[in-house]
Parts: sequence; C-alpha cells; structure tokens
Amino acid sequence: MLNQVYRLVSARQFEVQTVAEAVVTDELVVRPRYLSVCHADQRYFTGQRPDAILRQKLPMALIHEGIGTVVHDPAGELAVGTTVAIIPNTPTQHDPIINENYLPSSKFRSSGFDGIMQEYVVLQRDRVLPLPADFNAPVSAFIEMVSVGVQGLSRLETVMDADQRVIGIWGDGNLGYITATLVKQIFPDSQLVIFGRHRSKLDYFSFADKTVLVDQIPRDLVVSQALECTGGRGSEAAISQIVKHLRPMGSAVLMGVSEEPVAIDTRSVLARGITLRGVSRSGRADFERAVAILKASPVTRERLQNLVGFTRKVRTIQDIVAFFEHDLTNYWGKAVMEWDV
Amino acid sequence: MIYAQILAGGKGSRMGNVPMPKQFLTLAGKPILIHTIEKFTLEARFDAIIVVCPPDWVSHARDLVAKTIDDPRVRVIAGGAERNDTLMKGIDYIQRTFGTHDDDVVVTHDAVRPFVTERIIHDNIEAVLKAPAVDTVVPAIDTIVQGQTATIAEIPVRETMYQGQTPQSFQIKTLVASYAALDDAQKASLSDSCKICLLAGHPVTMVRGENWNFKITTPYDLRVASALVEKRA
Repeated sequence: MLNQVYRLVSARQFEVQTVAEAVVTDELVVRPRYLSVCHADQRYFTGQRPDAILRQKLPMALIHEGIGTVVHDPAGELAVGTTVAIIPNTPTQHDPIINENYLPSSKFRSSGFDGIMQEYVVLQRDRVLPLPADFNAPVSAFIEMVSVGVQGLSRLETVMDADQRVIGIWGDGNLGYITATLVKQIFPDSQLVIFGRHRSKLDYFSFADKTVLVDQIPRDLVVSQALECTGGRGSEAAISQIVKHLRPMGSAVLMGVSEEPVAIDTRSVLARGITLRGVSRSGRADFERAVAILKASPVTRERLQNLVGFTRKVRTIQDIVAFFEHDLTNYWGKAVMEWDV
Repeated sequence: MIYAQILAGGKGSRMGNVPMPKQFLTLAGKPILIHTIEKFTLEARFDAIIVVCPPDWVSHARDLVAKTIDDPRVRVIAGGAERNDTLMKGIDYIQRTFGTHDDDVVVTHDAVRPFVTERIIHDNIEAVLKAPAVDTVVPAIDTIVQGQTATIAEIPVRETMYQGQTPQSFQIKTLVASYAALDDAQKASLSDSCKICLLAGHPVTMVRGENWNFKITTPYDLRVASALVEKRA
C-alpha cells in the first residue's frame, strides 16, 4: 500500500513522503480522524529541541495523540469503521519487570518513528483500543494524555503510603487538569488541592477542593501525596515547593518533561524521607484503565470536554502549519485537529 | 450503490519499448495496478470495485489480483478499444451484474495514478452524491497556451486554468444518458470522460487533487514515481 506521510523536515516546514507499507496479519490499517497536539510536538515544530536531536529525528511525522477508524484488518477481528484510540508506545519485546513504556527498546510515535500525521497508520493490532460510540471525538483525541495521567496515578498507588487525605497537584495546564479529573475518580475520598501560576486557569478546576496560587501558598499547608505536572522551566520551582509542603515520608510523582536538568534540594528530600517517582508515557494497560474510567464516569467525560481549547479541520499542508501556529497562541486547553488531509 | 471503476485499459504505447502495458509495470515491488486497487479497497463504501483491462491482459490481471488482493468486491473484466469504450464497458458490466438503480454512482480512476489519496476518493464520493459529475483537478502551475500550428492563438488567464486528474465520478444514470446522446464523431474525439456530461449540458463539480497524484505514462514518470516511494524501515 502506498501511504502519504506528512513529515516535519525542519522547523515549521512539512513535506509529504510516499511510503510503501507492507501490512502483515498481526497489523491493522487505521485512518486517522482526530489528532491532538502535545507540547513535545510543538517543541519539534518550533525547532526548540537541541539541533543534534532535530538532525537525528527529522524528517518525522508528528503527533502521538489521536483516534482513527479501522479501514483494514487482515485477521478480520475488528470491524471496518470501528473507532479506536492509537497507542503510540510500540514495544519490541516483553519484560516481566519493566513496563512497556520504560523499556529502552520500545519505539514511540512522533519521537522514535513516524507519528499519526499520515494518510493511514499501519500498526500492531495490540496498539489500538476500540472506543465506545458515545465518546466525544475531540476528547477521545487526547485519551493518550488521559492514559499518561492514569500512569502517573497508578504509579503513585504503588509507591505511596496509606495517607490519602490530601493530594496536591502542581500545574494548572492540560496535564494538571487531566490528572485532577482522574484523582477525583481514583481517590474519591481525598481532598484535592491544585497549585498553579494562573488564577484564570485555576478557575477551570471547579471540581477541586481548593486552588492555590504558587506565590501565595500558606506556610502550614501540607499535602499527603503530590503530583508534579508542570514541566519545562517550572519543574524546578514546583519540585522545590513539593519537597517543602509534602508530609514527611510522602511520595511525589514527577510527570512534567523538562528540556534542561533541574536542581533538586536533595538534603530536604533525604531529611524528610520523601519518595520521588518519575513517570513517562503510558502503555496499553493505562489506556484500558483510562477508557474504563471514562466509560464509568460521564462527569469526567464532561469535565474533559472543557479542556478542548479549539478544534479545526485540516485539509492541506498549509492548514497544518496554520493549525500549529494557532496552537502556539492558544491560552487554554488542547488543540484538536480534524484530520482530513 | 457506490461503485469504483479502475480504468486499466492502456496499452503502454507511450512507455517506449516496453511490451507490457504500463499499469502492470513494477513500482516499489508491486504492479502499479495493484497499488491503485489497494487504495480503493480501503474505502468501505464501495459496493464493488471493477477493474477494466485490455482483453488480452484480463487473465494476467486476475492472476495478480488473486495473489495480492483479498477483497471479494474486486472484479476484473475486459475493456474496449478506447478510453470511453472501456468506461462504458465497465458501466455495462455494473448494470448487468448489480442491476440499475436511480442513485447509482461510480468513481472512475486511472490505474496508472497509484498516488491517489483517501481524501481525494472521499471527496469524490461526497461530491458525486450531490452532483451529476465530478472531476479531480489541480490549479495549473505552468501557463497554459493554446495553439494549433507554430504560433499561439491564445493565452488563457492562468488563475482559471486547472489540470484534470482522476478520479472522475458520475451519477451513472446521467453518464449513460449523456453518452447515448453523443454522435460517433464526438465519441471518437473525446479524450476526457467528464466532457461526456459537459457536452450534454450537465454541470461538473471540481474536487481538489494533489500534484503528486500524477499519471505514470512515460519511462520518465516511472523513474520519478520510483524515486518518490520510500520503503518503511
């Protein structure tokens, strides 16, 4: 099959490349429908990754968050027309200890190989998950990010102690919002406190028990467990505040991606017996749990609809560029493209 | 019902000294025709995909399809002497095999345009469900000049010039009636199927093609096409 792949070749420049695909029985062909942009995609689009990384990875199709419809299943297991979430992590081996998203041998779409910006995506059959017909398509486009939130909270469950009274989330952006909606389902009895830099963004977290501006945190505020969802340059300040406000022997899950190394006050981490747990990406099990939570919780689906910043149809390479540019000025929420290229 | 018809009637006369019709030549490890059929099999709305070949090459095409395409909707039949004969042979086969319905439409496509995309096929289907005829076009990049001898008769405004590609799609009832209204001279002179409907006074809707949806007609085209295709690592 001849497939048109829309690759970023250099900053702000996409080109189409025809790729001959061989589809084997354990693979499927999916037509992408709704795609969602992640900060990682924007770092490639704007050329903000280090030059050596750009030289190594480009040309490459961007986007690892998206849904599509099955157009061909050689084994006939999934009906043509089934809406599926695409799982971007693609393991090449199984390990009894290391999860698929931490295996160095795993490939990840729009990082190690072509992302979803293709006419068709050919993928291993265990890299798709059928979605219920009543799921909102633009929200489903970022189920991958919901699965990352699930991964963070699942890891927290494995490392934390029995104290679930107060869960603090640092970060008032997309990941913070998604993780917060999930905390309400996974830890329904906990008090949820959001720490952010923008009052106007914190106002979206109406379901949280408390929202706090990071420059006005009361000195005596203590959280039982914490999640860092800031990333970038904000990571350092957020981790520093977490170490300060986390109860001794509490756990903090670090989820935000920082391009540069950040300093951590290890003296305080040691003195307070704090556990720092890094998480990254997600695997099939996280997608399954994410879909199960969304199926069971209409209110979570509704809250996530408030995270759709804007949705726009793209039909040409010019549309794609304009879409990415528009997302750069988008203040709140996820940018979702209806893929009609 | 919605049909696809892949026009594979070419004899390859422009492909130089190659005895095999160009649609059967190899591109990225497969016959060009097979690449094209594969694209159409990925569209679930087609009720049947008719491949119309030169009579002498029907067995060859059937063998290729049997080996590489696992889709019962694909049928290979013999075409006619000229492009529009081949088109109408396909229409005749559809009507004899599946019956005639007022809302039948057909998306026709050159076998030697394997770079057609899902979006173009989808846009054709959507357009032909609303209009009697549809042509796939791209804006002309070069200036088009008109002339019959050694001098230019006219240079039309480029912004209004497009280059025709395929698919070309038709409401079958309109196409059959329009073709029947043509005289033999008109039938012989037609190099474009949409003109059948245009001559009969029907509007033809334009759908945006892509520059890479080009026709592999000459050895040069085949070299360009081969250079364009990358194998998935």
